[in-house]
Amino acid sequence: MAEEVVLLDFWPSPFAIRVRIALAEKGIQCEYKEEDLRNKSDLLLKMNPIHKKIPVLIHNGKPVCESLIQVQYIDEVWHDKSPLLPSDPYQRAIARFWAHFVDKKIYEIGTKIWTTKGEEQAAAKKEFIESLKLLEGELGDKPYFGGDNLGYVDVALLPFYSWFYAYEKCGNFTIEEECPKLIAWAKRCLQKESVAKSLPDQKKVYGFVLQLKKAFGIE
Amino acid sequence: MSEEVKVLGNWGSCFSRRVELALKIKGVEYEYIEEDVYGNKSPLLLKYNPVHKKVPVLLHNGKPIAESLVIIEYIEETWKGTPILPEDPYEKAMARFWTKFVDEKCLPALWRAVWSPENEREKAVEEACKCLETLQSALNGKRFFGGDTVGLVDIAANFIGFWLRIIQEATGHGDLLSAEKFPTLFKWTDEFVSCSVVKQSLPPRDKLLAFFKARVAEANASK
Repeated sequence: MAEEVVLLDFWPSPFAIRVRIALAEKGIQCEYKEEDLRNKSDLLLKMNPIHKKIPVLIHNGKPVCESLIQVQYIDEVWHDKSPLLPSDPYQRAIARFWAHFVDKKIYEIGTKIWTTKGEEQAAAKKEFIESLKLLEGELGDKPYFGGDNLGYVDVALLPFYSWFYAYEKCGNFTIEEECPKLIAWAKRCLQKESVAKSLPDQKKVYGFVLQLKKAFGIE
Repeated sequence: MSEEVKVLGNWGSCFSRRVELALKIKGVEYEYIEEDVYGNKSPLLLKYNPVHKKVPVLLHNGKPIAESLVIIEYIEETWKGTPILPEDPYEKAMARFWTKFVDEKCLPALWRAVWSPENEREKAVEEACKCLETLQSALNGKRFFGGDTVGLVDIAANFIGFWLRIIQEATGHGDLLSAEKFPTLFKWTDEFVSCSVVKQSLPPRDKLLAFFKARVAEANASK
């Protein structure tokens, strides 16, 4: 039976990047449709009427929304190749815990770094580094969060690496200084084709952030 | 092999009660340990949830898991018996979608509306009601969000099922969840609390009402 997989996409979105990595790891043929978020398509509004956001994964016409839910769905449907979640329930719980941590901390705090200044930005930078250090602790000596192979937490966190340069420039700090293990991990992941072709160029993301700052009148 | 299951929780926390409900659905025996989350957090809690230092925490044979929804998925995968999630991957994704909607949209909006100062109240109530309306649509003629039996979404929405009506009574504002505004959602709350497994995992009504009345009094006193 022919599978039809479509992803409503947006090139710099960390959430969309997660799904692109998962699809690439599994070798799934997908049609990527780039959305203009200032002019959302009828398809997007129909497939995600509640949030009207990307990414939306459409599998044989049926939409799945929310990136981590999409990644789990992909892992469950295409379960015979490159598993992302471990098979042991306790290890799965640990992976879900840390992916949720990334969701709650990295995106929101990262956003504060490029949208604020002064004390608020300083507090955001501090919390950001603390969160990354906790993640480094979870990584430990493993090559990937998933162990010997890319796993759920790797997929959840990797897209934000594309945004690190933008955070660093806007926040005037270096992440590698504080979290060298994490940077080493990201570079290791980039050696994989599925990751390299899914992550946008850091400088291009920085250009996008500068455009957003101008558009929203943020200095 | 003897299983050792413990729950670090708080009597009034809807998140903590979610975990207890899931364990009762599966018929799992557990030891409950009450945490004083407003006063002193115990060394046990700080040891087993160093990242967030919050309840609930599940301890299974000494191994800790934090975050109520992560815990519930673990419970589902570890103990067979009455399922909490559908088997079909698409239906599972839908259940997870609605659960996330409850946790990240409904609950914060409702909480803001409940404690909102008078001048911001109208807008906060409007936003919260939009969430309730959207959530109501997910019921789609079913008895529970999970279908014929209580499932993940029902468990996640326990705050709406039980806590919210009590809080409305404590604040004297009934403009969030009412039978007139949201008839099918309101009916769901009755179905939810009349389930025997749910009844066993709810805090005592009078104690919870007294707790919220005290908080309302505190909030008014500090104005």
